[in-house]
Amino acid sequence: MTTHIDRRNFLKKSAMGLTGVLVLPAFLKLHGNDALATVKNINSIKDYYDRFNVTEEMLAKVMSEALSRGGDYCDLFFQHKISNYVILEDNQVNRAYSNVDFGVGIRVLKGDQTGYSFAEEITLANMLEAAKTASNIAKAGSRVSPVGIKEKKIKNIYPIELPWENVSITDKMPLMTELNEKVFALNSKIIKAVISCSDDSNYILAVNSEGMAVCDFQPIGRIAVNCTAESGGKKETNYGDMAGRKGFELFSHKNIDLIASQAVSKTMILFDAVKPEAGEMEVVLAAGESGILLHEAIGHGMEADFNRKKESIYSDMINKPVAENFVNIIDDALYPDLQGSINTDDECGDAQKTFLVENGILTSYMHDRISSKYYNLSPTGNGRRESFRHIPLPRMRNTYMTNGPHTKDEIIQSVKKGIYCETFTNGQVNIGPGDFTFYVKNGYLIEDGKMTKPIKDINIIGNGPKMLKDITMAGNDFKMAQGGWTCGKNGQSVPVSMGLPTVKVSKLTVGGESK
Amino acid sequence: MKNKNLVNTAEWAVEYALKCGATEATAGVSEDKSLNIVLLNDGIEKLQESNQKSLNIDLYCSNRYSSHSTNDLREDSLKKFIEEAVKMTNYLAKDEARSLPDRKYYPNKDLLSMDLELSDSGFSSVDFENKIGLLQKMYNSINGKSDKIINVTTYYYDSISKGVLVHSNGFSGETVDTGYSIYASVSANDPNGGKPSAGHGCTVRYLKDLLNPEEIANKALERTLGKIGQKKIDSGVYKMVVENRSAGNPVGTILRALGGRAIQQKNSYLEGMLGKKIASERLTIVDDPFVKKGLASRLFDSEGLAAQRREIVSKGILNSYYINNYYGRKLNMEPSTGSSSNIVYGYGDKSMNELVKMIDKGILVTDFIGGNFNTTTGDFSNGISGFYVEKGEIKFPVNEMNISGNAKNLWANLLEVGNDPQVYSSNRTPSFLFDKVDFSGK
Repeated sequence: MTTHIDRRNFLKKSAMGLTGVLVLPAFLKLHGNDALATVKNINSIKDYYDRFNVTEEMLAKVMSEALSRGGDYCDLFFQHKISNYVILEDNQVNRAYSNVDFGVGIRVLKGDQTGYSFAEEITLANMLEAAKTASNIAKAGSRVSPVGIKEKKIKNIYPIELPWENVSITDKMPLMTELNEKVFALNSKIIKAVISCSDDSNYILAVNSEGMAVCDFQPIGRIAVNCTAESGGKKETNYGDMAGRKGFELFSHKNIDLIASQAVSKTMILFDAVKPEAGEMEVVLAAGESGILLHEAIGHGMEADFNRKKESIYSDMINKPVAENFVNIIDDALYPDLQGSINTDDECGDAQKTFLVENGILTSYMHDRISSKYYNLSPTGNGRRESFRHIPLPRMRNTYMTNGPHTKDEIIQSVKKGIYCETFTNGQVNIGPGDFTFYVKNGYLIEDGKMTKPIKDINIIGNGPKMLKDITMAGNDFKMAQGGWTCGKNGQSVPVSMGLPTVKVSKLTVGGESK
Repeated sequence: MKNKNLVNTAEWAVEYALKCGATEATAGVSEDKSLNIVLLNDGIEKLQESNQKSLNIDLYCSNRYSSHSTNDLREDSLKKFIEEAVKMTNYLAKDEARSLPDRKYYPNKDLLSMDLELSDSGFSSVDFENKIGLLQKMYNSINGKSDKIINVTTYYYDSISKGVLVHSNGFSGETVDTGYSIYASVSANDPNGGKPSAGHGCTVRYLKDLLNPEEIANKALERTLGKIGQKKIDSGVYKMVVENRSAGNPVGTILRALGGRAIQQKNSYLEGMLGKKIASERLTIVDDPFVKKGLASRLFDSEGLAAQRREIVSKGILNSYYINNYYGRKLNMEPSTGSSSNIVYGYGDKSMNELVKMIDKGILVTDFIGGNFNTTTGDFSNGISGFYVEKGEIKFPVNEMNISGNAKNLWANLLEVGNDPQVYSSNRTPSFLFDKVDFSGK
């Protein structure tokens, strides 16, 4: 909804919450200064009940209330998320922010209709009130009773070594300083650098009226550099980053070197960059974060809510050939350690690997609970949400294409006149018409089979189904993105990742200068 | 004092932070209540009620700075939270520019007593049936009007937000804002392939100011059906009209480069341009926090700085940056404000249709999709859709095209400014006519 009132609110730097248990933001803690400084290894559902101060008896009462008006399903989503954001600017670690989010969301479904409310202070009385509000979606109907709760055991695909909650600001500061010094040491033309380190420790517990309960710990770490260089009276800015479901081990000396050299080389090359000629041409996507192509061109259009409502361009294409038979496109919850990796989705759905396109045939949408009921299929574990304040929606996780039959060299050599796209800042799609875009920050011209001059700052636009048909070559050098990508839909942001081998699309419209 | 409980909490938090050793502190406390209804065709798809409160505290410990938030407002929890926050802020680097604004920048009593009409006193008395009735009216006026319609989705949103802000060096301010939004979105089958969708809506401070729901619905339908048969045309340099509701995108290539941080961090192509020409003389941009019922009206900003009406760009000359307290000190400049309020323009005398009439061969851009803007260099490139125009007449819808260029050239080539501010936004953009824009298509 684009007309949300402009809720300018000087008090709110971000949505916040903290109740029940007091857990301090990590950066406030020093090792050993109190009992909170060491995170226990939490993996039993009992620990989660304690964290949220609830018992199975309370949960049963709340779910009974939620279903009291005739709803046919309800779930409770508890969340405790501790986030830190530390910044080095002008050579000093001189600011730090922290958020703690704590609460429970209560959802009642009546068919495909949703009633929703939440409580920030988790008490039985508050939960009963929120349950009553959510129950209003149903006006009548046979009474469904919640089933006794049984824990669903899940496998952890992102074990971490050093939990962020055990890391203090004094641990981060020297590494941020080291990264800053590396950036300036790499090139004397760098005039400014901003280093940021952000982390989330996210504890979730989902319980539903069918008797399922599942808990998960979902950490994220991200290190980023923005740098500006000056050369010949001109300035250019670019960035380098690395993110994933990792602990403080992400901040290794090796990664510091990688991020620094990436940020500096991506910035310096912009001074030599040109704009391509405007218009349709062959476009080669580099292996890695070019997976943004899939996220926009097919991913969103394959989210089942848009298809259930017949609003997506893909809504009548299941089981039809959409691409060459070497094209396999997957949305995968279980790829280890990436931002979009999840051990469970946010509505008790099994995390899994879902083929969107298999051997060129469109095979499956990405479902949440509502759409899987509508299609009478098993959920695919794509029901995700930004927080306990939001309803789950079908969302992508890690979206990628597997290796194809060509080599990168063959692909480049096959292009007479085109561009090679390497790094990106953002993308967007219109679900219905299928128009998608992505913004290329770095790349090269390809002329007569060779990469020539660097290019910068151009938008590319195409049509999803047309683009799939136009994937004429795919390399054998598949790679996942290493950066921190956030996907927005219906006002909700969730972390995702993406990947691609080198791919050639025979025709896309490239922004640039008209001849 | 409108919000006694909130004020007491904020004052207590500031005092407690000082007692724990902070040299200065600010506390903001807010309380929001909102309702969100979504109808898919004639059935409710989603009904959501939200109640939230939070406290934000900014700490200054001998020029060391950090910022924290919590919604556990119980005294014991807050005490422990603040104690630890103060203790640990002392580990950060000292930064001489970190201290509260000078008191001379705070609003005086006269300013604080001004009524900007941001709060509808009837907020809590509007009943649910009325609200959902607005959506049903929108649906009913679209339903059955075209056999191409796939779905009609309608949205209602209202909210009331109360806030207080207290600074340890003598500032204290309060706000109460209400808002109402309705919106209709229509998706349709294009016989040539694709399922275009478009919408229309409005957002206001007072319920009685909402546009007629039928009018909104009809506009949403018209916009959707207008997209049927869209195609791309040849790449080339064309004249461009940008419709008012999408004109925030090109204006962003100026506004996003005016922040104190961008200037101080050398990320702005407008650094060093104060007093210089950055656009055609047709362009005048004013930051006006005093618009009655305005969606971004205010008496003070998030740092407590007194609101002031400022000409940002006067007939193409850059007059003012957005400088907050911190970057003002770093840049040795007077602080103005770090964030925009309502943006108003020096409006022209022609409607959008009259601007379109001035085009011999060009494109009316109604929507942007994706793309980005480089604040350091001024380069931009964006996806667009809209209509092809020839000899002043709209010919057919276009999509899957990009515009690209540099903000300096774009604004130098501004030919006309429309007379049609969009008042349902804090950025009250008119339609604009630009010369010589690079479009990429076929």
